[in-house]
Amino acid sequence: MDAFISHTGIGVPLKRSNVDTDQIIPAVYLKRVTRSGFEDGLFSAWRGDPGFVLNNPAYAAGSVLVAGPDFGTGSSREHAVWALQNYGFKAVVSSRFADIFRSNSGKAGLVAAQVDEKVVQRLWELLESQPGAEVTVDLESRTVRAGDGPDAVHDSFDIDDYTRWRLLEGLDDVGITLGHEADITAYEASRPSWKPVTMRRG
Amino acid sequence: MGRTLSEKVWDEHVVRATPGEPDLLFIDLHLIHEVTSPQAFDGLRLAGRSVRRPDLTLATEDHNVPTLDWDKPIADPVSRTQVDTLRRNAAEFGVRLHPLGDVDQGIVHVVGPQLGLTQPGMTIVCGDSHTSTHGAFGAIAFGIGTSEVEHVLATQTLMQAKPKTMAVTLTGSLPAGVTAKDMVLTLIAHTGTGGGQGYIVEYRGQAVEELSMEARMTVCNMSIEWGAKAGLIAPDQTTFDYIEGRPEAPTGADWEAAVAHWKTLVTDEDAIFDEEIVLDASRMTPFVTWGTNPGQGVPLGASVPDPGSFEDEQDRVSAENALRYMGLEAGTPMREVKVDTVFVGSCTNGRIEDLRLAASIIKGHTVDATTRLLVVPGSVRVRLQAQEEGLDKIFLDAGAEWRGAGCSMCLGMNPDTLEPGERSASTSNRNFEGRQGKGGRTHLVSVPVAAATAIRGTLSSPADLEAVAVVKEA
Repeated sequence: MDAFISHTGIGVPLKRSNVDTDQIIPAVYLKRVTRSGFEDGLFSAWRGDPGFVLNNPAYAAGSVLVAGPDFGTGSSREHAVWALQNYGFKAVVSSRFADIFRSNSGKAGLVAAQVDEKVVQRLWELLESQPGAEVTVDLESRTVRAGDGPDAVHDSFDIDDYTRWRLLEGLDDVGITLGHEADITAYEASRPSWKPVTMRRG
Repeated sequence: MGRTLSEKVWDEHVVRATPGEPDLLFIDLHLIHEVTSPQAFDGLRLAGRSVRRPDLTLATEDHNVPTLDWDKPIADPVSRTQVDTLRRNAAEFGVRLHPLGDVDQGIVHVVGPQLGLTQPGMTIVCGDSHTSTHGAFGAIAFGIGTSEVEHVLATQTLMQAKPKTMAVTLTGSLPAGVTAKDMVLTLIAHTGTGGGQGYIVEYRGQAVEELSMEARMTVCNMSIEWGAKAGLIAPDQTTFDYIEGRPEAPTGADWEAAVAHWKTLVTDEDAIFDEEIVLDASRMTPFVTWGTNPGQGVPLGASVPDPGSFEDEQDRVSAENALRYMGLEAGTPMREVKVDTVFVGSCTNGRIEDLRLAASIIKGHTVDATTRLLVVPGSVRVRLQAQEEGLDKIFLDAGAEWRGAGCSMCLGMNPDTLEPGERSASTSNRNFEGRQGKGGRTHLVSVPVAAATAIRGTLSSPADLEAVAVVKEA
């Protein structure tokens, strides 16, 4: 996974709450067996609407999504994160993320930056009044910044320490855990014999 | 200070705990299906890794398999590739697989409990958010993404920050005709879709204790719909009776040892939850959704709400969008909503008790001429059991379609989908826009409401059928 320190790119105001994973990418698009090529399915039901924000040329090359609360609710499909990444998004800013979506983002290298709801509102106002304006998501300082002058937004965001560290270092979780293999083996030896197995050994 | 049930189960699975880092948790059972696993196996292959514990791993085909012609090659080439990929991966990495056509094939969350693999005190994960179903047995069970699937395959562990704890206490007894589904839909309307976020929830109280094992699974299944990390119920005699004798259940001295341990899996009297919700189950009624998230629901006897009645602006906008999408007018009685398709099935309501309940209501009636009823068993075993009891005949005689096992119309990955604008009453778990097919409109309902709706063609409860029968007799 590539390290993420800071990213600056066009901000996209997605003025909706409860953007569930079926909106991010419907199930019919989940049949690929690769991690790429999911951009076609991203927000597919809305992409047909000429008024949809990503159909506005000013936002089409966006890489920082700013969405309403409860972003990513529903399914555990990591495809939702891949679809955003495949399209070109590096970060999502919202006042509340669903747990599994947040976790999947951290594993796949998409920054889920949780901010106060007022910050989302101010970013929306700024991005709507200045289409194509850039937003900076700085993981090192945990800040989100956009615009300048009186409308400028400069605020902190929440992301858990461990995920932040892993993203900054670009570390692979499996590799870290395999470093603790002796602990796993010791735990396995202590498990009760009546615990179920899916196949008998030997 | 005492510990809650979920804290006890969590503590038993900590492989490694370090301040400032998530706990490393051992996973007792990893369930796999065709949709969220291919990229995980690819990751293993790329890194030259193997599956650490194939003996704690089980795969089945459920999400995109057809419920007709399942003995023929899958017609959709992309679905077929995904299923073939699972078969290749299972063979290469030595994972037990129940493929299409196998007697133990079915929805992953129906298959685990049915085989007796789901037991109290376990940690269970799957690349599917409805893994919360298994919490009904007193297990910590939750959905994970594909990167985590790869992590579990490689290490049989997961890094997890310990969630907060919440108690949902359901007092009193559910009235007759009101089900576990109504209970959980009422709860979600109360909390909203984000109310459980960051919590492992324990459902307790008289109304929960009185539920059958399968009804408990319905409640825990929808924990994710209000954002909870997991939902669980303390194991009791109902749990033990359900597990005993199943193919993978412990036997003999192992059974005694297991039950002795399971009996310790209760929240201590002096344990403190971070949060508590109390709801009176005795006042609950059949509950249906009107909107596009599972929290947008009302009692069947109520009307479509006026978006203007919501104080919160986000809720108001969300309701306006939902009514537009659903093609509903504020103030319309829910009972007047005409339904095109009724779907009985899914990991929420696709078990044998659900089919028995549906059949008991449909028996002697005919499905409305302008409505189609799709009955999809959650597993092949459920299908065979239903056929042995003659339930298939009741459905077919009424004019319903009796299908093969799988996720089917719950998420429309297979050919069972709604057309744009088509309206369903569905016993599944999500009413998101386009969930059951692009432009499809979903009302989440209980099994009795689904059955009565199929007969009347509008959202109904079995009580409405009795009224019709009385009028006809008079």
